[in-house]
Amino acid sequence: MLNRKGRRWGADACVVGFSGGGVGAEFGDPLRERMVVPSLKLQDLIEEIRGAKTQAQEREVIQKECAHIRASFRDGDPVHRHRQLAKLLYVHMLGYPAHFGQMECLKLIASSRFTDKRVGYLGAMLLLDERHDAHLLITNSIKNDLSQGIQPVQGLALCTLSTMGSAEMCRDLAPEVEKLLLQPSPYVRKKAILTAVHMIRKVPELSSVFLPPCAQLLHERHHGILLGTITLITELCERSPAALRHFRKVVPQLVHILRTLVTMGYSTEHSISGVSDPFLQVQILRLLRILGRNHEESSETMNDLLAQVATNTDTSRNAGNAVLFETVLTIMDIRSAAGLRVLAVNILGRFLLNSDRNIRYVALTSLLRLVQSDHSAVQRHRPTVVECLRETDASLSRRALELSLALVNSSNVRAMMQELQAFLESCPPDLRADCASGILLAAERFAPTKRWHIDTILHVLTTAGTHVRDDAVANLTQLIGGAQELHAYSVRRLYNALAEDISQQPLVQVAAWCIGEYGDLLLAGNCEEIEPLQVDEEEVLALLEKVLQSHMSLPATRGYALTALMKLSTRLCGDNKAAILEKMPLVERDGPQADEEAKESKEAAQLSEAAPVPTEPQASQLLDLLDLLDGASGDVQHPPPLDPSPGGALIHLLDLPCVPPPPAPIPDLKVFEREGVQLNLSFIRPPENPALLLITVTATNFSEGDVTHFICQAAVPKSLQLQLQAPSGNTVPARGGLPITQLFRILNPNKAPLRLKLRLTYDHFHQSVQEIFEVNNLPVESWQ
Amino acid sequence: MIKFFLMVNKQGQTRLSKYYEHVDINKRTLLETEVIKSCLSRSNEQCSFIEYKDFKLIYRQYAALFIVVGVNDTENEMAIYEFIHNFVEVLDEYFSRVEPIDELPKICSALEPQQACFSPDSSSFKGAASTTPIY
Repeated sequence: MLNRKGRRWGADACVVGFSGGGVGAEFGDPLRERMVVPSLKLQDLIEEIRGAKTQAQEREVIQKECAHIRASFRDGDPVHRHRQLAKLLYVHMLGYPAHFGQMECLKLIASSRFTDKRVGYLGAMLLLDERHDAHLLITNSIKNDLSQGIQPVQGLALCTLSTMGSAEMCRDLAPEVEKLLLQPSPYVRKKAILTAVHMIRKVPELSSVFLPPCAQLLHERHHGILLGTITLITELCERSPAALRHFRKVVPQLVHILRTLVTMGYSTEHSISGVSDPFLQVQILRLLRILGRNHEESSETMNDLLAQVATNTDTSRNAGNAVLFETVLTIMDIRSAAGLRVLAVNILGRFLLNSDRNIRYVALTSLLRLVQSDHSAVQRHRPTVVECLRETDASLSRRALELSLALVNSSNVRAMMQELQAFLESCPPDLRADCASGILLAAERFAPTKRWHIDTILHVLTTAGTHVRDDAVANLTQLIGGAQELHAYSVRRLYNALAEDISQQPLVQVAAWCIGEYGDLLLAGNCEEIEPLQVDEEEVLALLEKVLQSHMSLPATRGYALTALMKLSTRLCGDNKAAILEKMPLVERDGPQADEEAKESKEAAQLSEAAPVPTEPQASQLLDLLDLLDGASGDVQHPPPLDPSPGGALIHLLDLPCVPPPPAPIPDLKVFEREGVQLNLSFIRPPENPALLLITVTATNFSEGDVTHFICQAAVPKSLQLQLQAPSGNTVPARGGLPITQLFRILNPNKAPLRLKLRLTYDHFHQSVQEIFEVNNLPVESWQ
Repeated sequence: MIKFFLMVNKQGQTRLSKYYEHVDINKRTLLETEVIKSCLSRSNEQCSFIEYKDFKLIYRQYAALFIVVGVNDTENEMAIYEFIHNFVEVLDEYFSRVEPIDELPKICSALEPQQACFSPDSSSFKGAASTTPIY
């Protein structure tokens, strides 16, 4: 490990050294005399590039140099090749293309000089990768170098292999690497272990090769090897459950290693800021997390150790905090004891209070992960989290926002919403959309009263109207529409908001709709919840006109304003332009939290609106479906979804003919009999629509002859509306054959006395029969 | 897993870049510009971890030089933060003094072979790079 007291390294060449060594060889060689300019040393090239004042100048310098380098490669000069390649690599790092250096890398690797090999391997790592076929050519060189036994060279080869080794190369060279795993020198061994990690990532089948040595490697004392081994084991466990089971056996050993680390005193070699080898500790903790996940036994073995690490680590410096953080993550992930989890949450709470922002950031991130499973524990830290909302740091405030939204529940909703709304006003623009939608969602879920809910949405729309989701407008209109008692209040508030500012489109849309709907309430002027404000018609109309003409208004907004003006024209002038502009009954909304059956019924309603032909599920079946759902989910919205449909329009479409609706208490009536042919009427008054009467006419035939071409027509007084559905057929077979049924629908909104005249035509016994008669004795319940 | 390791100066010029996953060369410059822009715009009191696309960036400023490490979600940010500092200490030990302006190109070329022991996993890199004597 690195000795920080300044052990000097061996006299390895740094670039200044080896590029300087090449100069002497240049002169005296006749070939070289042709060159006008001696090749630059890397250092000089760097200085030249630095000296360039503009990007264009820099490019020029580099292009010139690249031309020289290319020429030099073509000439095939072995002496300076490494220097040229070094320059090329530097240029590559700056972002310029350097692919022509690839073959040179190969040549350099094959050379026997160490300096050549070094630059060659470096070049291979930077320039070659799997996508070029050339990379396979170095496999042989690597193989030779690995078996040579010169440590630095082996080190280089291993590094290159681990950086750019492709799957084929890994397969070829796996045996070599395996041999190196058990060599005595730690320098090579740890590199070999890391190469093994890379190989397993590329070729998972090689796990079987590298699994056996792991157990032995764990016994090493050298930290570099240990670190590598732990990484290798982590990689193996992540890839295969079989390896995971196999390595659960080593949990006690890992615990022992970690314990030694924690209790060991200060050691110059391994200590960073007072913590001995925090990197190794973190890595072991991570492996323990993987091994202990969902496994009771391993988790139990680790419990004591985790508690010990958590309490003994010195948290005054970052290294200690890093270890502590990893410990907390591990505790959260394994099956730890309850006391340990509480300890973890408390540690996170302590982190939150720390002045160092980095620590607060990681604390907020981890609490977010915990909030699902240990909600009550995290709630205790709510005030601190809310404090963090006020941070100026973007990362912190984003995390704090997410966590705050997750912490909202029905008991703290008012306080939290206040905080969040304050945050919304001051937050950076990229967080606004998230904040706004978060507030709206939370308000939907936990709103204590409707008025509060409306207020909250209104506030969000005024502050951040442009960032809300598209369905916010629909949601708000739905909400206001449903809150009967708050109509006056809402329209007053919206009018005030609109008068101040017409630029926020969602707000303008809602306000326009509301004014249109409840304009009369607005003008009436009295609302006990806000101070009375006298608003004239002209002001309202002027405002709407302003909205219409403003260039800030979207087409949709103008549409809303126009509709509002239209509606106001009837309400304010007192005309009853009938049903079109009547107050809208509450429309079922298709929001995300509508119950299952509300959604189904809305779909059914939409279907039926689109296709008045009777193809939808019959009313009774729909009701049965509702009953089933009723039983399954405990939390069901009554009334039956057919209820709120506007007018009778949807209802009478949904009530479909084929099967008679459930029987009603009105008695049947026999209205006609002739020669065995009978006509019966049965009456149904659907409870949800008192103006509607359904009459089912049944024609039966008890005679010996068939009835064919049967047609039944009916007439009712002018104040009633009659609709005849198609009959089930026009033939009644003899001797009680299948009767014909036909449905009459009579709308009787004024409850006028029902009178019914019937006209029958059919063929019976080869005679054509026509009967016209009025039905007497109609039961009173059919029209009252 | 470490995705990339950058050393960039305040003017936005890249002094050292090492990528552990293949990134196209033209995309690299774009990435580096964006990364340095987000690091430069932060003040001293703000925290050192930034979320950028699907990476997390952990940066540390030393005088005129920014060292930025891009990691994926599984890494412990504070450990990486410590690791950056460790790396700078290694550089400091290896060369008697670290002056970001002049030494860096030499440092990067010389250290690369040793740094070649970078493996995509941070702590292992630490274990490998810090034992750097060739003999």
